[in-house]
Amino acid sequence: MTDPHPGTAITITCNGEPTAVTGGSVADLLTARLDDPRPHGIAVAVGGEVVPRDEWPGRRLADGDVVEIVTAVQGG
Amino acid sequence: MTTTTTPPDRLVIAGVELSSRLFLGTGGLPQVALVEPVLAAAAPGLVTVSMRRTSSMAEGGLLAALRAAGVRLLPNTAGCLSAREAVLTAELAREALGTDWVKLEVIGDETSLMPDVVELLDAAADLVRRGFTVLPYTTDDPVVARRLADAGCAAVMPLGSPIGSGLGVLNPHAIEAVRAAVPVPVVLDAGVGTASDAALAMELGCDAVLAATAVTRADDPVAMARALRLGVEAGRTAYGAGRVPRRAVARASSPMAGRVG
Repeated sequence: MTDPHPGTAITITCNGEPTAVTGGSVADLLTARLDDPRPHGIAVAVGGEVVPRDEWPGRRLADGDVVEIVTAVQGG
Repeated sequence: MTTTTTPPDRLVIAGVELSSRLFLGTGGLPQVALVEPVLAAAAPGLVTVSMRRTSSMAEGGLLAALRAAGVRLLPNTAGCLSAREAVLTAELAREALGTDWVKLEVIGDETSLMPDVVELLDAAADLVRRGFTVLPYTTDDPVVARRLADAGCAAVMPLGSPIGSGLGVLNPHAIEAVRAAVPVPVVLDAGVGTASDAALAMELGCDAVLAATAVTRADDPVAMARALRLGVEAGRTAYGAGRVPRRAVARASSPMAGRVG
């Protein structure tokens, strides 16, 4: 998937790691990391706030954003 | 002879009737392939999962197995050390899994894994305001349990002993006191090591038992899942049956009259 509005290179923190991305949306980030713009069983937070699934394509990332991508794993 | 009809012994949390009084945690299962047979043996009313960062979809096998089994999921906030972390984790779980039920855990430190009840109460009140059905993992303190119920929690989940310890119910009197203190269901959480622990919790009046390690780290998780299901059923039945009072001295059950000699 190509970003229709390519931005300049930015650095975000994704799951605790500094990550260089070229602008783009949450959906673009998910495509890059999980090979799927709308993976099931996944939730995303940007800056400590959940970004609802429907907003993933439209939510653009900015330099310095702190992004969490989580799923369900085994747990008590 | 009169016929008495026993009302159905239903467990209802937040208006939802659950199919079993045994809840199962999936943490520690050595392989995802065990999920299906363990669930079949335990027939749990709720199944817990944790929310963790992911970098690939390879971990998706667990969720697929749970979905296939048709169980009701209860995401937890395990590992959270503050109300803020727990609330965000609950929000992420709601988005990822489509349930507003949450097993709320806010631990005070990573060694004891004991609940931080100050942060827990904060998080519980916040999550209730946000529309969650909150089941908090808490201490066996009846005052804290009542505070949690007052905050709008749908159940309270006191620990029998530390998480993963398998020490069973260390303070049965405290668990009875929690049961007496709150109008919501009480779920014994943490410390169950084997079937008799689950049975004891139910005999004390708990409405359900949650076990994870006891099953997932048993030599034979499928057999232990079945044992815990039977333990919960036995304990609940015994609780309803009304045990005899304890006595300090013997009392013959056979008649003393008509003895030979």
